[in-house]
Parts: sequence; C-alpha cells; structure tokens
Amino acid sequence: MTDGVRGPGSGVRGGSGLSESARAEIRRLIAQFPQRQSALLGALFVAQDEIGYLSPEAIRDVAEAMGLSDSEVTSVASFYHLYHFKPVGRRLIQVCTNLSCALMGCGRILKHLRDRLKIDVGQTTPDGRFTLKTAECLAACELAPMMLVGDERYGPLTLEKVDEVLAETKP
Amino acid sequence: MGEPFLLKYIHERDQGDLAAYESRGGYAGMRRGLSMAPEAVIDEVDKSGLRGRGGAGFPTGRKWKFIPRDPAVTKYLVVNADEGEPGTYKDRTLMEGDPHRLIEGIIIGSFAIGARQAFIYLRREFADARAALTKAIAQAMAAHYLGRNILRTGYDLEIILATGAGAYMAGEETALLESLEGRRAMPRLKPPFYPAVKGLYLQPTAVNNVETLCHVAWILAKGHEWYKAQGAPILISVSGHVERPGVYEVPLGTTIRTIIDLAGGMRRGRKFKACFPGGSSSAILTDAYLDTPLDYDALPKVDVPGTMLGSAAVIVMDETACMVEIIARTVEFYRDESCGKCTPCREGTVWIGQVFHRILHGQGRSEDLDLLSGIAKGMTGTCFCPLGESVPPSLNASLRFFRHEYEHHIKTGTCDVKGHRARP
Ligand SMILES: Cc1cc2nc3c(=O)[nH]c(=O)nc-3n(C[C@H](O)[C@H](O)[C@H](O)COP(=O)(O)O)c2cc1C
Ligand code: SF4
Repeated sequence: MTDGVRGPGSGVRGGSGLSESARAEIRRLIAQFPQRQSALLGALFVAQDEIGYLSPEAIRDVAEAMGLSDSEVTSVASFYHLYHFKPVGRRLIQVCTNLSCALMGCGRILKHLRDRLKIDVGQTTPDGRFTLKTAECLAACELAPMMLVGDERYGPLTLEKVDEVLAETKP
Repeated sequence: MGEPFLLKYIHERDQGDLAAYESRGGYAGMRRGLSMAPEAVIDEVDKSGLRGRGGAGFPTGRKWKFIPRDPAVTKYLVVNADEGEPGTYKDRTLMEGDPHRLIEGIIIGSFAIGARQAFIYLRREFADARAALTKAIAQAMAAHYLGRNILRTGYDLEIILATGAGAYMAGEETALLESLEGRRAMPRLKPPFYPAVKGLYLQPTAVNNVETLCHVAWILAKGHEWYKAQGAPILISVSGHVERPGVYEVPLGTTIRTIIDLAGGMRRGRKFKACFPGGSSSAILTDAYLDTPLDYDALPKVDVPGTMLGSAAVIVMDETACMVEIIARTVEFYRDESCGKCTPCREGTVWIGQVFHRILHGQGRSEDLDLLSGIAKGMTGTCFCPLGESVPPSLNASLRFFRHEYEHHIKTGTCDVKGHRARP
C-alpha cells in the first residue's frame, strides 16, 4: 500500500531499477493469482511506490517479472489514471471535480490551490513537494468539496482548511 | 419498516475486529449458510427478492442460478468494489465501517455457487477500506472461516484482494474482469461473455456489488422473511445541496422528497431545482418528480427517458446550480472515461463537449441545441456498453426542462442563474 510518499529518493532501491524487496513483493502478488498477468496492476503500483513513477526501467523490470513485453505493460498502464509516467511530487494532491464537489464549490478550492502552490493542474512545485491533479468522483461526497493528499481524505474544504492542510503536510 | 441494520454498527470503533463483530451476531449467516445445501442458500437469497446494488438491479438469486452446478467446473466470485459512479459512496462506507460483513457475504455467496476462490476488485484510492479488509481477511483466516475445510464442512475458500488503478469503466463487470486479468478495462461482447457463462479466465463467474453481498450476510443470518419484513432496505448516497449529505438506509420505494428531508432538507432553506436520482448515469428530474419512489420499477416509468435507480446516488441541486455547467461536467466525465472502443461514445462525447465549451464561453450558436439533441440521438442505442448510453438521458432532460438556461447562455454569453458562481 502506498503511504502517499513519492518521488526520487523514497524507498530503497538498487541501481535505476527495482530493489530486491520490490521484486519479492511482485513475486508474492503473482503467486496469489491463477494467472500471472492478473498481478500486473498491483505490480505496477509496487514499482511506482518505490521509484516514484513508472520510469522506463520500472516498466522494464515489471515486464520482466510478469513475462510480458515492455510495450504491453505500457499499453495497459496508460489506460489507468493512477499511474504516472513522469516524476511527481512527494505529495500528490487530487482535487475531486465531479458533480457533488462541483456543486459544493470545488472550483474555488482548485483555484486557491493553484494560487497557493503557484502551479497549474498537472504540475509539480519546484521544490518537488506537491503535484496538483484533479480527480473524478472519489466516493467521498459527504465531504464535498474534498481532496486526497496522498491517501488522506480532507473535506468539507474551505480555503482556510486548505491552507491548514498544506501547512501541516510534511515537506 | 424495521430499524436500519446495514448501517447499524458502522460507527462502532471496534466493528472491524472479529471478536466485536461476532459479539454483535456476526458470522451467524455464514454458519447457517454453510450448514445448508448450496441450492438452498441460493433459494433463500432468491426468496428475499434482493436485487443487485451495483446499478443494474439484477436479482441476485437468479444471477447465481445461472452458474453451472457441475463440480468439475472451476467457478469464481468477483466482488465489484470499484465504486466510481458519481455521487455514490455507500460501498466505501460499508467496507470501512463493517468489513467483516462483506467477508461473510463473500463466504456465503462463494459457497452457494461453488467457488473456491473469490476476488475483491477494490478501488485503488480506498486505502482505509484496503486496510480494513486486509485485517478482516487475516482474522477470518485465523478463525478458519477462510482457507481449507472451513468449519469442518470440507469447503475451501480463499479471498484475494486485487486492485483497480483509476478507471470508471472498470466498474462495468466485463471490463472489470479484463482489468482483473491484467489488461485495459475494455468491455467484452455480450453474448457470449456473460460472466455467469464465460467470466474470469473464461470460467463461470458471479460478479456482485459490495452492498449486495452485505445484504446476503444479513439475509442468511435472519432469514428471508425477516429481511422482507424490513421493507427491502437500500443504501442511498445523498450529496449536493442538502444540509446533511450522507448515506441513508431506507426501504426501497422511499420518495426523493423523503430522502431530502432525511438529509436535513435543502441547504440554507434554498429551493430545490433538480436531482440525479441514481448517479450521473440516470436522467435528471425536477420538482414535479419529488414524490417518485426510489425503486427499480417506478423510476424507469416516469416520462423522462433514462431515469433509473442505478447506484441509488441522489445528487441534489438547488436554485443556484447552472444546469448547462452541470451537464457539461457530466459530459466531460464520460468523455474522459470513455474507453474508446466504439465510435458513437468516443466521438459523440468529444463533439458534445466541444458544443458545451463554446456555449459556456460565450460562443454558442442558435443551432447548437438542435446539434446537441442530434448527437444525443445518434448515441442512443448505438453504444457498445452502458457508459456511452449514460450521456443522452441527462442531456435530453436538461434540454427539455432547462432550455431557457441554454438559450440565455447562447444569446447573451452569460449565466442568468441567481447566486451561481461560474467555474473559475
Ligand atoms: C460504466 C459502468 C460502471 C459501473 N460501475 C460499477 C461500480 O463501480 N460498482 C458496481 O458494483 N457496479 C458497477 N457497475 C455495474 C456492474 O456492471 C454490475 O452490474 C454489478 O457489479 C453487478 O453486481 P450486482 O448484481 O450485485 O449489482 C457499472 C456498470 C457500468 C456500465
Ligand atoms: S460506450 Fe464508450 S465506454 Fe462503452 S465501449 Fe463504447 S467507447 Fe467504450
């Protein structure tokens, strides 16, 4: 499971590929399923959590472990929103912009985050601390407007609450 | 109508512990189920009248009867825990608050259909639910409710917790199976790929929603007669402009008006304008429909095509909501989540999105409303799966009920909805 910490330097690894412990975790996932490829989505998260994003080396190592070609793995991974193909900040902020949050004012929350972090959606702060993204319904509409910072849910958000969350988030 | 039970214990802090769960009667349904013949378990669920809570509302007992009984055939149970229909959050609430209930329902369902492996396809963003289920599975293993020779019945079952990766489409059952096999979440052709016939790894598979299986645990614990006497409960996820958004447990057939009242009424005493009664895939309804019962049969009968109970997510909008903006947002959602397999959905959502973009940016044209209806018509009944078919209902309903808002945007380039803040 991810703890929301991402980016170069997080996790232990050897060279530019996956560490032995990540490879062992992928083998454990594979062993759970009747067919090896069923472990692919989980294996990609193991790689992403360790390296911070799906680098070409990460894709190569996952493909090798799964017995698939690099292009097959890339094709599957690119279908899903939660894989990153370039480095992201240590904290990923996902602001829900779907209906319930839109009705409750997520537009103001998103604008405030852009102003505070001085970045646009999809960008990372120069210090590598935050990446800002929008998300579809995160199934937490009782908290609208809400966001995820790493795995942590925050809501109902006000502009002050957003400032608090940013301030208390570890650098 | 009895006391709510699905939500009864979700706020108990220790409900995720096996001992606490059992002290509150937990796993009684499993014990009873495993003492019965599998066919009798299916009968019990059938007689309860339970219909799937994932959106399609298919009778659960009937779905299980489609699974071949031949013991030589490998079968699977797959739990759809990918909850992604906009406005829906009851499955997450159940998994976080009462995780053993789902495990119990899985054991009963798997036993009923003769599956020895069950998979939970859990939405990636549900970290708390993942932790709760991981713990519940480990405890159930330790208690020999999972694993080999469960309760000395000779029945074996393993539960594997799998992961989604962010794709609304993966909630559709055949796309879910593709994803669970490690591929892009694209829907399969039905027939022949009805999961009960050719499902996971092309073996007969029952795909069931989280809430559905939680109902099953209660039905087996208390019997179908008790269950029916409770008025066929359903969880409604209420969100938007109400005072107390939340998940509410009510008997099937409760009216939209009553649900809004339960949720504390309209926010700041404002006026109701419209709602999605069953997630964003259902057509919107106006105040003339507030007394419509939320039920599988009543909603499709109203005179707004595409109205349905769906995932029972009621998204409430007050007088400050700009309908053009709201429908634009739903269209963008389906456009971005379209898997691209078929042309009407892939192209239609992009075209509609472009028309909305110009209307909202003061560049609407007088012929745009006919254009929207025309594209919607072209998408109706032509899409490969229900995702694309979800776009026309609300678009058409908004053109019917709120045409003046579109016209005002087109004529003046501005929004005339009072109190509305345009998207920054
Ligand atoms: C685009 C789309 C998304 C869906 N998303 C979900 C979902 O997130 N959860 C769910 O249980 N069912 C979802 N469904 C319905 C499933 O296809 C399926 O009907 C359901 O999982 C069956 O379980 P049930 O019979 O217990 O309801 C979705 C359907 C479509 C077409
Ligand atoms: S309707 Fe949309 S989501 Fe469904 S198969 Fe066609 S393109 Fe894919």
